[in-house]
Amino acid sequence: MMDNLYMPYLMRIERITYEAPGVKTFMLRFVNEADQAKFSYKAGQFGEYSVYGVGESTFCIASPPTRKGYIECTFRQTGKVTNALSGCEEGSIIGFRGPYGNIFPIDEWKGKNLLFIAGGIALPPMRCVIWNALDMRENFKDVTIIYGARTVKDLVYKDELKDWELRKDVKLITTVDPGGESPDWHGEIGFVPTVVEKIAPSSKDTIAIVCGPPVMIKYTFPVLAKLGFADENIYTTLENRMKCGFGKCGRCNVGRVYVCKDGPVFTLAQLKELPDEY
Amino acid sequence: MNIDKRLVRKDSLEKLFDILKQNSKKIFAPSTKNGKISFRDAEKFSGIVTGYVQTSQSSKEVAFPRTEKIFDYSKSKDGMSVKGIDLKDIPEVILWGVRPCDATGIGELSSVFNWDYKDEIYNNRLSKITVFGFSCNNSDEYCFCTSVGGNPGNTEGSDILFTQTGENSDYLAEIITEKGLAIVSLAPDLFEITNNIEKNKFLAKVPVRFNHEEIKEKLDKFFESKEWIEQSLRCIGCGACAYVCPTCACFDIQDEAHGRKGSRVRCWDSCGFSHFTLHTSGHNPRDVQSQRWRQRIMHKFSYMPERLSVYGCTGCGRCSRACPVDMNILEHLISIQEVTV
Amino acid sequence: MVDLIKRAKELIESSAVKVVIGYENGTGNRTRALFVEKTEDADKLIFDSRCIQNLAAYVTKREVKDKGKMAIAATLPVMRSIIQLASEFQVNDNNLLVLGITPESKLIEFENLVEVETFVHQYQIEIDARNKEMLDRLDNMTKAERWKFWIDELAPCFKCYACRAACPMCYCHRCTVDFNQPQWIPVPSHELGNLEWHIMRAIHLTGRCIDCDACYNACPLYIPINLLTKKMMLDAREHFGGYQPALKGEHLMSTYKPDDKENFIQ
Repeated sequence: MMDNLYMPYLMRIERITYEAPGVKTFMLRFVNEADQAKFSYKAGQFGEYSVYGVGESTFCIASPPTRKGYIECTFRQTGKVTNALSGCEEGSIIGFRGPYGNIFPIDEWKGKNLLFIAGGIALPPMRCVIWNALDMRENFKDVTIIYGARTVKDLVYKDELKDWELRKDVKLITTVDPGGESPDWHGEIGFVPTVVEKIAPSSKDTIAIVCGPPVMIKYTFPVLAKLGFADENIYTTLENRMKCGFGKCGRCNVGRVYVCKDGPVFTLAQLKELPDEY
Repeated sequence: MNIDKRLVRKDSLEKLFDILKQNSKKIFAPSTKNGKISFRDAEKFSGIVTGYVQTSQSSKEVAFPRTEKIFDYSKSKDGMSVKGIDLKDIPEVILWGVRPCDATGIGELSSVFNWDYKDEIYNNRLSKITVFGFSCNNSDEYCFCTSVGGNPGNTEGSDILFTQTGENSDYLAEIITEKGLAIVSLAPDLFEITNNIEKNKFLAKVPVRFNHEEIKEKLDKFFESKEWIEQSLRCIGCGACAYVCPTCACFDIQDEAHGRKGSRVRCWDSCGFSHFTLHTSGHNPRDVQSQRWRQRIMHKFSYMPERLSVYGCTGCGRCSRACPVDMNILEHLISIQEVTV
Repeated sequence: MVDLIKRAKELIESSAVKVVIGYENGTGNRTRALFVEKTEDADKLIFDSRCIQNLAAYVTKREVKDKGKMAIAATLPVMRSIIQLASEFQVNDNNLLVLGITPESKLIEFENLVEVETFVHQYQIEIDARNKEMLDRLDNMTKAERWKFWIDELAPCFKCYACRAACPMCYCHRCTVDFNQPQWIPVPSHELGNLEWHIMRAIHLTGRCIDCDACYNACPLYIPINLLTKKMMLDAREHFGGYQPALKGEHLMSTYKPDDKENFIQ
């Protein structure tokens, strides 16, 4: 029997966490142990998650490869498939195929400072790298996380944010857009690029990883440039629409690049080589 | 490779068809419906049309169907069962009457389905197809195979290629592959030994209209040109060009549910549609038609050669013939070649 | 069309309009749309019996509309389409000037859409003999025969949506077939998907279709889908009164009247 590339693994939803309005995290385990045994991935990769009879949707694997035996995904309920996923209960079976795409070159970053900048629902792709780095913390110098959302309610991974806040070896700055604060909010108030400018992290020996909505990314890059970050040291992930995940269906083609094969991880230097079609 | 050449009498063609049928071969051949010629399951030799410059749809559908099941699933109390399509069920097919531009198109499709990940559903279908080519004795103003490296008698992609040696005359048969040889071995008497027949004089004359390598170089510097906006103003954003194209491979994946059962299917899609790249958030990376038209040309003449070492165009001219608003790819490529960047 | 060329030049030169939409010679003895934005391009304008594409499809195309005020060389079907589009608030006197081409191929310029409407109303929408014969044939079929006819005819449809793209009335930014919450119509091309798509389209066009045959002319597979819209037009005429597109027209299928003989909606 030849491999059918489109055939998903059956996954059981072991735990559902409510992260924010419309945002959930699924902890998934392989229904067949043999699938689990041959499965491996690295930080930055993504998969196609499916509800049988509804369709597939693309998101990153949000749990770090350093935690074995399960994968997690976090999604916002917006389209047909994410609505159907949102209707699933613990114990339900969904489909997953992957991992696809390239990776964050985390091994190359050893000995450097890491600066994570995320906005809204874009923390999940970064969370995988953050935990991956924290699980091998001794390899890196300072770890700084700047995370913003529209409102306090919209911040995801609230428990983990608390963990990171309490850790001595992580500097966490959270922010919400003006007007999005609650009475007991003690974080920053302001848009992510503004907060980055205010905190002014050093660019010396530092890798910046930026994920967020296009407008956040657009205004954050110039701030980083001003702080002295070289384009090669700024990483992001692209989120083009995809169907197959392996370079055939044509949807995520941007210039010479297939985001699903050559990405989703790109440096700013690589992005500048691409046409503005992402 | 030394291609074995034989002569097949004009009257033997029907005999050959009947013998293949008797050997329970499924034959897809061009027939006419509503004035359009397409490849259809052929029962009788008399239903097959000849003399056409080009079929209105390409033969790609046999290797890459417009809608194709990937797997079936069914939900029950005990869980979920999923069953992939059985590749053994894919029938062997003789694709009869394929023009050389379609035959080379199969190679281009294959490069998409086989770079990096290998698509075994596609490969399996392809392995069951025998390409029975017919060289072109005629061409029209939309043809430009010679500009993209092909020619009206190109053997590439065919398993066996017939060239009619003059109007109402016998055929030169070129036996190119093992699959082609398998056809001959079913009716060896029909394939006569022949002295070398000069094939070229019977072929259509298709002038070279542009240099595809020059076009590629030009395109690399051409991305921001206003030419795309001007060319695409009359484009109405349908998918006719992509769906008649022998090399367009873009697809969608869809689920179709019927109660607790259903299937996942792969179906054609087109980069010309405005929703092709639309994000759920409303952001659209290719928001206007000029970007989508540019993508079509860039993908075929710049990105594919660079990534897959093949051009995504065989010069069949179908997209231009099918276009409801006369977007003529040949004309537009020539004007790209002429524009000074 | 010397008159048309002259008028187009004047309009562009005086900046009365930004673009004149007309026809030019295309490839393979076909004609195609021309967008005149510079006076020198006006010389390419032509008009003859080959000019059958319904140019009204462009007046709602974003990339054309965004240029500014448009003028359009409009044959009778194009004028009808424009009146219908105006009644649906898609075009108006501020963004469109109609350069009419009469059935006798004479140029006639209209001050405003009211004049276009008056002109259009001199002519009844007639179905030609060939299509009439096809419709009669369909009417005389049994239900089973008719079902088979349509299943066979629609089978080759690969859903390229050329019919939709060529139709002036299909201007919706997001067509019902593109909706997926819920998924009203299957995306893939197959028996059910094709049937549902074409039925849905015919129903959405009932009372709006002006019978220009653009859908049929655009179809790369020559599927006679225009028979569906023609039949719906005739039925709508018969059941809901005479039909001509009108600026202040009642939308035949979507207007509720208190004296409606159907009472299901009450």
